[in-house]
Amino acid sequence: MSVVTKPVTMPAPSVEAGKEDNYLTHTSGFLSWALTLDHKRIGVMYLVGIMSAFALGGVLAMMIRLHLWNPNLVPSEAWLTNKQYNQVFTLHGAVMVFLFIIPSVPAALGNFLLPIMLGSKDVAFPRLNLGSFYLWIAGACFFLFSLFATGLDTGWTFYTPYSIESQGPVVAATMGVFVLGFSSIFTGLNFIVTINTMRPPGMTWFRMPLFLWAVYSTSIIQVLATPVLGITMLLLAAERILGIGIFDAKLNGDPVAFQHFFWFYSHPAVYIMILPAMGIISELMSVHSHKGIFGYRMIAYSSVAIALFGFLVWGHHMFTSGMADVTTIVFSALTFTVSIPSAIKVFNWVGTMYKGTVSLNTPMLYALAFIFLFTIGGLTGLFLGALSTDMHLHDTYFVVAHFHYVMMGGTLVAFLGGLFHWWPKMTGKMFNDFAGIVSAAIVFVGFNLTFLPQFVLGTRGMPRRYASYAVEFVDLHRLSTIGALMLGTGLLVAGLTLLHSLFFGKKAPSNPWGGATLEWQCSSPPPHDNFSSAPAVGDPYDFSDVEYDSKTGNYVKRSKT
Amino acid sequence: MMPSLFADINKSFWFPEQASTFATQIDFLYDVILWISILFFIPIVVAMVYFMIKYRERPGYRGSPEALHNTTLEITWSVVPTFIVVWIFWEGTVGYLNMQRLPPDTEDVKVTAKKWNWNFKYKNGAENPELHVEIGKDAKMIMRSEDVLHSFFIPAFRVKRDVVPGRYNYLWFQPTVEGTFDLFCTEYCGDNHSLMNTKVFVHDKAGYEKFLAEAIKEPDDIVERGKWLYERKACKGCHYAGKEGSQGPGPSYNGSWGKPVPLAVGGEVPFDENYVSESILNPIAKVRKGYETAAAMPSYKGQLKEEQIEAITAYIKSLQSAEPPKK
Amino acid sequence: MTTAAAPADHLDDGHHHEHPSWLAHHFDDAEQQFDAGKLGMWLFLVTEVLFFSGMFCAYALYRNRNPEVFEFCSSFLNEKLGAINTGVLLFSSLTMAWAVRASQLRETKTLVGMLAATLGCAAIFLGVKAVEYSHKWGLGLFPGKFYQSQLPGAHHSDVNYLFYLSIPAAVMLVFFVLYYVYGIVSANKFHLRVAGPLVVAALCYFAGVGLGTVLEAEHDEAAASHADHSHEEHSDHSQGDHSQGDHSQGDHSKPTVPTVPTVSLVSVDSGPLHDVVTTPAEAATPDSTVNQRGMAGLFFSIYYCMTGVHAVHILGGMLVIAWLIIKAARLEFHSEYFGPVDNVGLYWHLVDFIWIYLFPLLYLIT
Repeated sequence: MSVVTKPVTMPAPSVEAGKEDNYLTHTSGFLSWALTLDHKRIGVMYLVGIMSAFALGGVLAMMIRLHLWNPNLVPSEAWLTNKQYNQVFTLHGAVMVFLFIIPSVPAALGNFLLPIMLGSKDVAFPRLNLGSFYLWIAGACFFLFSLFATGLDTGWTFYTPYSIESQGPVVAATMGVFVLGFSSIFTGLNFIVTINTMRPPGMTWFRMPLFLWAVYSTSIIQVLATPVLGITMLLLAAERILGIGIFDAKLNGDPVAFQHFFWFYSHPAVYIMILPAMGIISELMSVHSHKGIFGYRMIAYSSVAIALFGFLVWGHHMFTSGMADVTTIVFSALTFTVSIPSAIKVFNWVGTMYKGTVSLNTPMLYALAFIFLFTIGGLTGLFLGALSTDMHLHDTYFVVAHFHYVMMGGTLVAFLGGLFHWWPKMTGKMFNDFAGIVSAAIVFVGFNLTFLPQFVLGTRGMPRRYASYAVEFVDLHRLSTIGALMLGTGLLVAGLTLLHSLFFGKKAPSNPWGGATLEWQCSSPPPHDNFSSAPAVGDPYDFSDVEYDSKTGNYVKRSKT
Repeated sequence: MMPSLFADINKSFWFPEQASTFATQIDFLYDVILWISILFFIPIVVAMVYFMIKYRERPGYRGSPEALHNTTLEITWSVVPTFIVVWIFWEGTVGYLNMQRLPPDTEDVKVTAKKWNWNFKYKNGAENPELHVEIGKDAKMIMRSEDVLHSFFIPAFRVKRDVVPGRYNYLWFQPTVEGTFDLFCTEYCGDNHSLMNTKVFVHDKAGYEKFLAEAIKEPDDIVERGKWLYERKACKGCHYAGKEGSQGPGPSYNGSWGKPVPLAVGGEVPFDENYVSESILNPIAKVRKGYETAAAMPSYKGQLKEEQIEAITAYIKSLQSAEPPKK
Repeated sequence: MTTAAAPADHLDDGHHHEHPSWLAHHFDDAEQQFDAGKLGMWLFLVTEVLFFSGMFCAYALYRNRNPEVFEFCSSFLNEKLGAINTGVLLFSSLTMAWAVRASQLRETKTLVGMLAATLGCAAIFLGVKAVEYSHKWGLGLFPGKFYQSQLPGAHHSDVNYLFYLSIPAAVMLVFFVLYYVYGIVSANKFHLRVAGPLVVAALCYFAGVGLGTVLEAEHDEAAASHADHSHEEHSDHSQGDHSQGDHSQGDHSKPTVPTVPTVSLVSVDSGPLHDVVTTPAEAATPDSTVNQRGMAGLFFSIYYCMTGVHAVHILGGMLVIAWLIIKAARLEFHSEYFGPVDNVGLYWHLVDFIWIYLFPLLYLIT
């Protein structure tokens, strides 16, 4: 391991004639950002990128919901043609999954926070980190091309044989996914090496913040699962260009084999999406309850358990495909094993509030919303994991509702909570808490209104990916669309609140919330090299010596007597 | 085809009518899981809200940040859910195996899915675009796709199975209620996926026999026979005819006969017997202008007899004066 | 704003905060940098294994379903060339390991020499591969839907694929020779140190091509005479019944003239991997001839995908080794900084390792 520790130093940013030197102001000019090796700047660039992708995906989502206001049984009178609708839902899924949600927490927040939480200067491979960012940009370009070209309409899952014969730009899209996959792999690789080799002395594994446990588990999945997606996309492209025949029934191939290949990655992928979000919630719940996380070790272990078990259950996306009975039964059994660690986490988070001192601010409210929404999402997974009920519910709106609850009600809400929580650290500005709380409320209500009706649509038999539907479903669809409008509004309020703070927000102290992890020991925003020497490592959830100073609005470390 | 799907009678808030022997087990398991979920969800939310209020930060209050463990509690809330999910898994598996075990004496229907139509072939050779079954009798579907993935879904029966090209998938059920039910395609298959629907008719014994007897008769009149083929050979999924059929991606038959066809490559050809016959056997030979990027029509070479093509031609000819679809 | 006490800039252990040029700014010491690099490379190798595993799965799936296809097609692969390639790669792993040792000991000449040898072996490998590929393309052995059924009295295509494949290597050879000449003219040791290995490598490619051409010709002759003999022996068999599901074991003599390929399943006596029950009477009779797109074409798809992706990795490895040669020529490596050589060595061993699996699975089936 690394060299003996240096003494504790609290670096004060140098103040020269009113201009502060932090990572944002350290150097200026386009190239200083475009060629930066500073993980914080890379994190910020990612943030801008993924939020743009989210906005695009959100516009596409609104198009879906608006189109589904009517049953569209006469296609020529509908707002979108069937083909256009298919393109919209395909791009919505692909943009959201590959450009937004998979990179979101690790790339935007993880990149920024990981080295600081470790008290180190940067990640293990800063150039690789920048490379990951440019791979994301390249992947985004491929997708934008697919968007504006003849129109990808295969669904984000690219099932064969349709994706072989479809006339859209499938090869461009699959190559985009391939490139984005490498962005993800290299980020994961970087994080694993950083956490393994660059922890400060004194930070044993069980003294790491839980956010780092979460990111570490996620990185394991990224490294192991994403290459399989890569080869799958490559083989699909080869199928289209060379007609290799592996997935094409006309050439004696097996279309269901594609599903196995695809879901072998894409199921662990959903754990890439949720584990970092769970890590954020662990941080938010403990800091804003000013109390250590309940059951730290169980949360750490369950993160790794979810990561590993997640590799064994991909077949539950294919229960109706005609697999052998033994296969389906084994996948169903394994699927239920993954539910237990997640349940344990939920109980632990709620337990964290017990006898704490709970600050009901924006990040905390988003965290509480997460618990509510993720629990629903997780419980509805039980219906889908049980084989007989899945026979009815598979490929209906029930599944759509389920995954939006976990991915959006889960990951997105946690991401927003994390964004608000670390916003002062990243930007040096405080946002308007009341506006933030309002956004959380609107998002919460709007989200439930959008997706709760979809469970009922599913059980009543409404299939997925339908541009038109039976008249009996119209009321539920309209409820859902109204909810979506509300949800969009709430998200807009959240975005505006954050943007407003950049121009009009108060200066943020180094520790506005009273956290005990290392990132709260440097200034807001942090200086260019985080810490001039390694900070002292304590218990990340020991709040006993952190005290609020009402004059500065800052939590300071009380000197121990 | 414009689906005139009228509402299934919703017997419960969640589900359509229970119309097969499977429905009871599935609905029961669903209800149980629902209650279990509620039983866990409500305490979690109540605890959350209670803690939010009781332990909120306020002047004069300071929490005691030592409560970090409770081994008994942690073990309980790990073990109890484990037992519960094992039970759920078991119940689901039992129900599933019941659905998988093909009974010995079934009425077999051969199901063919092709973009964007269903075709059902009965034991006496009759073909029909709608599914007809007998109440109280086990029906087995032998399903195969001719092109891409589809999925066979009858919500009222609670059955679903993917329909895959290059292999056969099986599904069986026993209807318990007479009536008409929806059948949806539920695996995305391209442009008209959401229009790939049909109806399931559950008859009593007499009604079923009557259906079989009538279905096998191809209409004598050549135009009627053409229409009969139009419905069964997947033309309906892409071409508009009379007042029925899909309004895309293929061109409409209405009012086409006799008028010149502008070609994608330039020039014109008359819409006559030759054009129809060639386009059925070799669709890419003379593509109509404006349809270059539409989903390619598959060739019917080797699948339609000469006299069947004549019948279809006669049917299209009869639509000379039909209204084109509203654009 | 925190107003902490003024921080101390100097460290306890006395020396000022100064990093040697080979130690990256964010690492504390050489050991940490080395550990990080090594772990990073191992993780990357894990991703590579998983990347290839998809194709190995496809191989397993289809070989299990249609073993007769794999036996038939394996006869088109030249085991001698495969074995030579295996030997060449194994040797290159030795030279690579030797290079690592040399870098630790600061033996620059040995280091550059060994790296050059590794590069040369890789080039020979690619030369042999080029011959293999172009030879197959001449016979019409393309992947999947482009596969051309092998007819008796097979003709070679007129296109000289080998020529086109070798153009990049020829261009590079010219460029490197010019670079070497430039090195002589400018009397620059660095340029000479770098250009030399590159010229050698480019020449090795053509050596590989030559070797491959000779051996491929021998293989063709052997196959032709074998076919003549076995044609007489197997003529009764090939005229016999080809009932549904009947597959001649190891019938790698004259391929039967194929019928029109149909969309259908093949029921194999040993049982297919996925569960398909008996076909109803009215379904098309499965066409079990191996010599058609859906059969042999599938094998060649897998063959080209696996060896092609492997070859791409060889090329990548060659680029990185060339980069190492440049760094070595700049005398950058020593006992405290040899991580790049070590880690590239790890990568190279993996590439070799994957080939060691590919060779028997593809070439040694019969």
